[in-house]
Amino acid sequence: MHTVDIIVGMLGSTIRLSIPLIFTALAGLFSERSGIFDIGLEGKMLASAFASAVVAYYTGSPWLGLLGGIGVSIIFSLVHGYASITARGNQIVSGVALNFVAAGLTVVLGNAWFRQGGRTPQLANSARFTEIEFPGADAAREMGFFGKFYAEVISGQNILVYLAFITVPIVWWVVYKTRFGLRLRAVGENPGAVDTAGISVIWLRYRAIIIAGFLCGFSGTYLAIAQSASFINNMSAGKGYIALAALIFAKWKPIPVMFACLLFGFLDAFSNFMQGKSMPLVGEVPVQFFQALPYILTCVLLAGFIGTARPPKAGGIPYTKER
Amino acid sequence: MNAANAPLPGWVTFFLMPLLNLGTALLISGFVIWMIGQNPFEALSVLLNGALGSGMGIGFTLFYATNFIFTGLSVAMAYHAGLFNIGSEGQAYVGGLGCALVALALDQYVPWYVTMPFAILGAAIFGAAWAFIPAWLQAKRGSHIVITTIMFNFIGAALMVYLLVHVLKPAGAMSPETRGFAAGGQLPNLDWLMAMFGSRLGPAPLNVSFIIGLVMCFAVWFLIWRTKFGYSVRALGMSKTAATYAGIPYARTVIITMLMSGGLAGMMALNVVMGSADRLQVEFVGGAGFVGIAVSLMGRNHPLGILMAAILFGILYQGGAQLSFMMPQITRDMIVMIQGLVILFAGALEFLYRPALVRIFSRRQSLAEA
Repeated sequence: MHTVDIIVGMLGSTIRLSIPLIFTALAGLFSERSGIFDIGLEGKMLASAFASAVVAYYTGSPWLGLLGGIGVSIIFSLVHGYASITARGNQIVSGVALNFVAAGLTVVLGNAWFRQGGRTPQLANSARFTEIEFPGADAAREMGFFGKFYAEVISGQNILVYLAFITVPIVWWVVYKTRFGLRLRAVGENPGAVDTAGISVIWLRYRAIIIAGFLCGFSGTYLAIAQSASFINNMSAGKGYIALAALIFAKWKPIPVMFACLLFGFLDAFSNFMQGKSMPLVGEVPVQFFQALPYILTCVLLAGFIGTARPPKAGGIPYTKER
Repeated sequence: MNAANAPLPGWVTFFLMPLLNLGTALLISGFVIWMIGQNPFEALSVLLNGALGSGMGIGFTLFYATNFIFTGLSVAMAYHAGLFNIGSEGQAYVGGLGCALVALALDQYVPWYVTMPFAILGAAIFGAAWAFIPAWLQAKRGSHIVITTIMFNFIGAALMVYLLVHVLKPAGAMSPETRGFAAGGQLPNLDWLMAMFGSRLGPAPLNVSFIIGLVMCFAVWFLIWRTKFGYSVRALGMSKTAATYAGIPYARTVIITMLMSGGLAGMMALNVVMGSADRLQVEFVGGAGFVGIAVSLMGRNHPLGILMAAILFGILYQGGAQLSFMMPQITRDMIVMIQGLVILFAGALEFLYRPALVRIFSRRQSLAEA
């Protein structure tokens, strides 16, 4: 294989592996910036993956599948919101619980409806988000590195990939340039001040977690009906937690979130590529090392060795209006 | 008076509320069972019968409960210092390494009762070591312990898979696990305990770890409520600033508490690694660390409560296994979901019924006074 092929192939799979992380980490950003810890990203992703696969199977439309995924993800978000905003329960416990519920419920329902051990039936290509070929991609493939890059990285991705990269600047704009964004950042730092200004802390936080559910719906849908053609047991496989790590690694900021997700996606792609191969000087590096690397990097960052990561001050604390 | 902090009788807080929460979780589970076309009442009876209907069922129930006692105590220990340790899962996993290394070194030379104390130490030290870095980061660098312990769960899982696949697996073996332990590395079953009640344990792996778990319940209670160190832990949990002002060293207390928490989680490995599987296997913890969070919350962070909550989850586990056997439509995943609902209602939504209960009981009180 040519070096160019390897590099382009790796970049392509980096993009594909980063997309669910980007959506999920941006979802976490809204939730955590409003002061609600969200360990349940993983569960939301899984539940929406299942819902999108089921809806796409019955309707034959990927867009309705996406809608189903978003709907279920928002329902999970609202349960989390009810527990942590209205009932003032422990946000971490609520997230852990929802992850358990999603892991169990998806397989139980899948098994009862389709009898394939929790899997959903294989989808036809018309019910999926398939690759979009850009004009001139075929011709460009033969034209050196940039041509190949255009043909296999820029072109030939599904619509959700492009949506993810459009979402990043939109999120940046919402968080930093709108009134809602200002209030969102304020409520995660000092809800008391927001309340004093006459703005409802509760409604603001509910809106934040609904947006989180909305974005998680995209990542779950991407897993089930864009990257693959059916729902598989536990197909999120810890990606929700990696996204959480990426969010922290990016210090809760939208543009860095994208780069952190691309970095973690690249590590994933690189470890797939390196499986069974040996590196110069160090020999064969175990695949587990690459799997652990995102978490190790995040811990090193948290330790304050690469800048400082300061979480929103009011994160994890339920807001009580009066005592 | 504000409904949120109005006092309630003890039995309401400690028994009625958890019971109502549990009932709600089961109600929703029953609804899901009904939705997939099965009879929820039959399922409940199969579940209870499977968990408590025979000596073997009880043996399995208590075996699972033993796991949750250790992880529940681990979470509670940290919680008293105001620390939220969700890394019990990883600490138990790494604790298994300490336990297995001791068993592999000694099993062919000495009887189990010589191996056991070293295995307890090994499991506790390795579990504690895995809690040390998050604890140090929290104490010295202010990194949020919730986040670092999550990260360490994953780092631990990767480390253990690597060690099992590349280092500990005997040459030529297929599955990623250590060799089986000889008799000196196996904890004996508690047949005699069952015989005392005129029942038989059968193949259930209930073992000496259960008794160690009970001892640790007492030890944790004594440590938290009857020692100077326990006092400083609780003071820290109430208010960091007040505790620091009173001269309690923050960093040292945090680190020692987390080491104990990690050690307790690590000791869970004894029950599975030496008590049942007799080898170290991939993913042997199987979520017990996360269930520990629910157990600790439901048990109001008190060892007695933890013991009861652990038995409850033991019933769910064993009953669930029986359920998937007797009613094949209801797979083990149903139990994962029921666990999730129990954690949700007993943990995150624990005060769901509190306002209503306050209304009921304050009215009764005012009537009694009039």
